[in-house]
This record gives sequence, C-alpha cells and structure tokens, in this order.
Amino acid sequence: MSEQLKVPTMAEYMAEGKQPEILFWVGSAGSYDDRAKKITKAFVKLLNNANVDFAVLGAEESNTGDVAKRAGNEFLFQMQAMMNIEVLNAYEVKRIVTCDPHSFNCIKNEYPGLGGVYDVIHHTQYIKELIDLGRLSVKGDTYKGKRITFHDPCYLGRANNEFDAPRNVLQNTNATLVEMKKHKRTALCCGAGGAQMFKEPEKGDKDVNVLRTEQALETTPDIIATGCPYCNTMMTDGIKAKEKEDSITVLDVAELIANDQG
Amino acid sequence: MDYLPNIIFAVILIAGIGYFARNIKKLIRNIKLGHDVDASDNKGQRWKNMARIALGQSKMVVRPIAGVLHIIVYVGFIIINIEVLEIIIDGLFGTHRIGLKVLSEPVYGFLIGSFEILALLVLVAVIVFWLRRNVINLKRFLSSEMKGWPKNDGNIILYFEVVLMCLFLVMNATDTTFQQMNTGNVISGFIAPWFGDNPDTLHLIERSAWWLHIIGILIFLNYLYFSKHLHILLAFPNTYYGKLTPKGQFNNLDAVTNEVKFMMDPNADPFAAPDEDDTTEEPPKFGASDVMDLNKIQLLNAYTCTECGRCTSECPANQTGKKLSPRKIMMDTRDRLAEVGKNIDANKGEFKADGKQLLGDYITKEELWACTTCNACVEACPVSIDPLSIIMEMRRYLVMEESSAPMELNNMMTNIENNGAPWPYNQQDRLNWANEN
Ligand code: SF4
Ligand code: SF4
Repeated sequence: MSEQLKVPTMAEYMAEGKQPEILFWVGSAGSYDDRAKKITKAFVKLLNNANVDFAVLGAEESNTGDVAKRAGNEFLFQMQAMMNIEVLNAYEVKRIVTCDPHSFNCIKNEYPGLGGVYDVIHHTQYIKELIDLGRLSVKGDTYKGKRITFHDPCYLGRANNEFDAPRNVLQNTNATLVEMKKHKRTALCCGAGGAQMFKEPEKGDKDVNVLRTEQALETTPDIIATGCPYCNTMMTDGIKAKEKEDSITVLDVAELIANDQG
Repeated sequence: MDYLPNIIFAVILIAGIGYFARNIKKLIRNIKLGHDVDASDNKGQRWKNMARIALGQSKMVVRPIAGVLHIIVYVGFIIINIEVLEIIIDGLFGTHRIGLKVLSEPVYGFLIGSFEILALLVLVAVIVFWLRRNVINLKRFLSSEMKGWPKNDGNIILYFEVVLMCLFLVMNATDTTFQQMNTGNVISGFIAPWFGDNPDTLHLIERSAWWLHIIGILIFLNYLYFSKHLHILLAFPNTYYGKLTPKGQFNNLDAVTNEVKFMMDPNADPFAAPDEDDTTEEPPKFGASDVMDLNKIQLLNAYTCTECGRCTSECPANQTGKKLSPRKIMMDTRDRLAEVGKNIDANKGEFKADGKQLLGDYITKEELWACTTCNACVEACPVSIDPLSIIMEMRRYLVMEESSAPMELNNMMTNIENNGAPWPYNQQDRLNWANEN
C-alpha cells in the first residue's frame, strides 16, 4: 500500500461547506495499533477505489467509551459518549461506518439514549453495499481456491445479528468458505471482549484465543478472516501459539478485498 | 358417612393448593425486592416470544436429543394433567370417571388411550434423562455448582415423574370397568394381567393408585417452589420479559447520565436534572452488590433458571477452565434471594442486615472479571435468561463504588480519561496512521 491515501477530515469538509456521504469512525485500535492500522488503511483504499466521499474526525475523535462501559465504568463511558456525540452532532453526521464491531455496537445501540442517533454500519456491511451498487469491484483471483474460514466477532454477530454481510463479501474472492463447527450464533468469542483485551486472563487451563484458534484449525484453512481489530490480534496470537504462522494468515475482510482489487 | 372420602379429598386439595398459593405469594414478594424496570413496550413481540420460546420450546431443539425428549415430557405432562381435572371432579363429587358421562365411549377411550401412550413415552424419556445425569456423565451436569442439592433436585423430579406415570397406568390397569370397556387401555391392557383377577384386591389397588396419584401431584406442585422445576411456570413470564433490544446493547444508567450532564454543563440548573425521570426513584448505589440492587426481571430470571447449564457449556471463560459459570451466577442469585426471603419471614416482614451479600459471599470477583461479555450464555439459554446483565451490574459496583478493578484495567481507563484512547498515546496523533507507510 505505497500509494498515497486520501483521508479528508470532517473539519476540512466543513471548511468547504460540504457534507461527506459517510463518516469513517476509525476507533482507537484502528488509529494506534500497528496491526489494526493496516486494516484501517486497507479499508480507506477501498473507499478511495469506490470514490466514496468520506471523512474522519481525526484528532477530534475520542474513544467511544465502549471498553470502559464493559469494564463497569459507566461514568467514563457516558463522558466519552457525550463528548463524541457533541462533536458528531455539531458536524450533523448522519451515517457512520467503522471497522470495529465494538464501536459499531456502542454507537449504534448505546449512543441514541444519550442523544446521538445515527445510521451506523459495520465496514463489512458497507463493502457489501458498495459491491452491490457496483461502486466497488473485486477481481476474484488473488484468493481463488484458497480455504477461508470466517470468525464471527461477538459484537457484530450475536450482539447485532449480522452474520451474512462478511460472508457475502468474501464470496466475491472465489475462495472456498469453510465454516467452523461453532459459527454464527454459536461462534466462540476470541477472548478479547468485555475489556479482557486490556488485562491478564483469570486463572484457567487455556487461553480463549488458543481454543478458538484450534477450532479454526479444524477447518484446515489457508486464511482466517476476521472483521474486528481485536479478534485479529487474538487469532494472530493464537496462530503463533500453535506455530502455524508460516502456513496460515489472519486477515481482515477489508484487507482480503483490498488485496483482490483490479 | 358416605361423604367422608369427598370431605377428605376436599381438605387435601385445599391444603395442597393453599400452601402452594402461599409460596407463590412469597415468590412474588421476593421478586418485588428488585428495582422496577420498564417492560411495557412491544407487547406483540413479547407475546410472540412467549408463544415461540416457552410454549413452542423453540430454543430447546437447538440440542436435538435433549430437546425432543424434553418436549415429550413437557407435552406429556401438560396433557396428562387434563386427567387430573377428572380426578378432582370425581374426588369432590364422589363420581367415578365423570368423563365417561360427558363424552362418548370412543372419544373418552381415545383421550385416555393417548394419555397412556404419552405416559409411556414420558417414562422412556425420563429414564434417558436419568441416565444422562447419572451414568453418561455429561460434562454440563458435573460442574461444581451441580453438587449436592441441585443434583438431587434434578433426580427427585425424575423420580416424581416415574412414580406419577406408573400410578396413572396402574390406576387404569386395575380399574375393572375401564378394562372391560376395552377401549383406551392401549398400555394398561398389557399390564392388567399382572394384578390378578381378585375384584377386591383390584379395587384396593385402583383406589390406592388413584389417591396416591392426586396426592403426588399436590406434593409435586408444592415442591416446585424449592426446585429448579419452577421453570414450568415461570418460563412463561420470563420469556415474555426477555430482552428485546440487540444483545450487544447494555443499558445506560440514568443516574449516571444526570451526573455526567451536570458535570459537562456548568450552567446546568442543579434542580432541573432529576425531574425528567421522577417515576424511578434514585438508586441508592451504582451497580449491584446484593439481590436488592438488581431489577425485577433479573430476579425473575434467577427463579426461572432450569440449571440446564447450556449457558455454561457455551461460555468461553468456563470452557477454558476459568471459575466463571453463568449458570452459577443465576443459581447464586436465587440462593441469596431465597436467603433474604427467609430473613424477611423470620423478622416479621423486615429485612435485617445479615452481614452477607451476593458479591463476595456468593459470587467472587474472579468470576466477574473473567467474562468477555460475548453473549454466548444469553444466546444459549432456552428460557431467555440474561446472566450477563447481572455480571455487568456487579462489575459496575466493583468499579464505581469500590474502585476495585484489576490494575491493568485501571491503567486502561486512566488512559481513556487522559488521552481518549486505552493506550498512552497522544490524542493529537490520532490521524498519524494516514501519513505512515
Ligand atoms: S457473556 Fe460472559 S458469562 Fe456469558 S458466555 Fe460470555 S463470557 Fe461467559
Ligand atoms: S441460565 Fe438458562 S441456560 Fe443457563 S442454566 Fe439457567 S436456564 Fe440453563
């Protein structure tokens, strides 16, 4: 991804008196985490290819407060939420897309009660929309014949009943989609949710991400596809723990599609 | 003294039902210890959920073997209880098989015949259930929270079913007029020869089985209050009150909203904030450390839990050997609620502080912090219980009232407070990724 990405900010749009089609909520992981930044850039590449008029908040974006809420800190969550809502409402944002299912769930479901009502979609849903509208095309040969298994993020799947969009998108790659025994409604968590990402696990006999990776390995995949920056980290670590990093890669749906552009 | 049996019957019936009503009143009082929660929305959807999940058992068949067996026992239990109606009328008015007087012989025979077939199916299902619990060693019945009373409770119910079904069949088999009619005795016809043909003995056995059957049912009714078997009643209200919003949506605490709004708006009128929610009284504290801090639906959840362990067997924390078990969260909540209820009974309607609470004495921090909030337990529960919401309320208490989150989480939260990200990066650098290669 050496070509220069176009990443306009809301402030720039505002200065020109324009509104973008959609706001891209980058999220904390997507902004700062080295692995997640690659997903962010892959998604921006897709937005650029599809000529989407989008903007980011840049330094005006702050943490959604999702992880604080799930850790039990409702105060911090609501402070963060109200700050963000103030910014979003000031820019009269209507539609938001994000690569992070936690931000997606939080803004979509928990912001409205605090005065932030937007049409929020997950990036796999948006990529599907762009493909369906013919704005984005997928070559369909980079991963042709490869075995891909999709790991459902809890906060996209069970939490918000979106199981099909990422799978539909992946079908465009002409890869063979293989399902783990536990998928969709019964998918096992990667182990990162509920603020676990930021702490050591409690005493047990195994790490959740290793168990989930083992379930993925049963499908003998070439690629484990994810739709969440935290799942991505957890599954990548799981693959390392199983010493499979030479034969199996963990990639976000956005990266897979970005690598399969004409 | 021809009426003596009728009078005895009426007394037993009234005592049985009266004691049951008393316990139900207690149950309702205990549930009302919880906070109010508004569930007056979406009535249509709620009724639908109740019909589909409780009546239609839609979630049970996710596991086909247990699901189908459970449906047999459930349908059998409900339908065979129609027979109880006849028993009650006969008992009160001294009639014998009143059904034969109102229904034609073939119809009556068909009904009793179906009951007999169901009774046999129930017997088979119950035996398989017993084997699953006691011989096959299914993992979800072996967890530590299933030792002792919960295990016995599960078995006692199965024995009850066996005894009741057998009594029903024996009662029919030894009823000479019914056997002579020879319609509807599809099962009992086969066992009738076991009892010989002495009319006096037959009559004695028939009467004993009849009495034991109805007494058994009344005992069973009264056993419910102490058992996980309460779900045969509470599954209905519980699925009605089940969560309708997306599973990922956690409630926003209104009390916090008021304070945060006030903090963020220096011009806010300190007296203006509370009047928008004057229907709900201010909660005394943030989050929950005891059952009274939970809401009524959460307490109803606790009484409804069937202890089936479907939640726990799907829980990522539990599957990887952590102490957390969502089933135990529900059982602990119920046990503590029952304890509080007894305390109130013993102290003339007032709860006397007993130096115990749900947090710590029942549910430990270690369990609470192991949860990934993945909702697998909520998805798995066949009766729409939400163990996650209780875990969250207790985490809220730990963080907002006790400030006792694990150190790493405190660091993470401090970072969010200071730089708007869970890591110690500068907020101004949030867009740096766009220019990095
Ligand atoms: S939400 Fe928590 S308790 Fe429920 S299954 Fe997931 S980790 Fe276990
Ligand atoms: S909470 Fe639901 S799934 Fe868990 S044991 Fe109770 S009834 Fe079963």
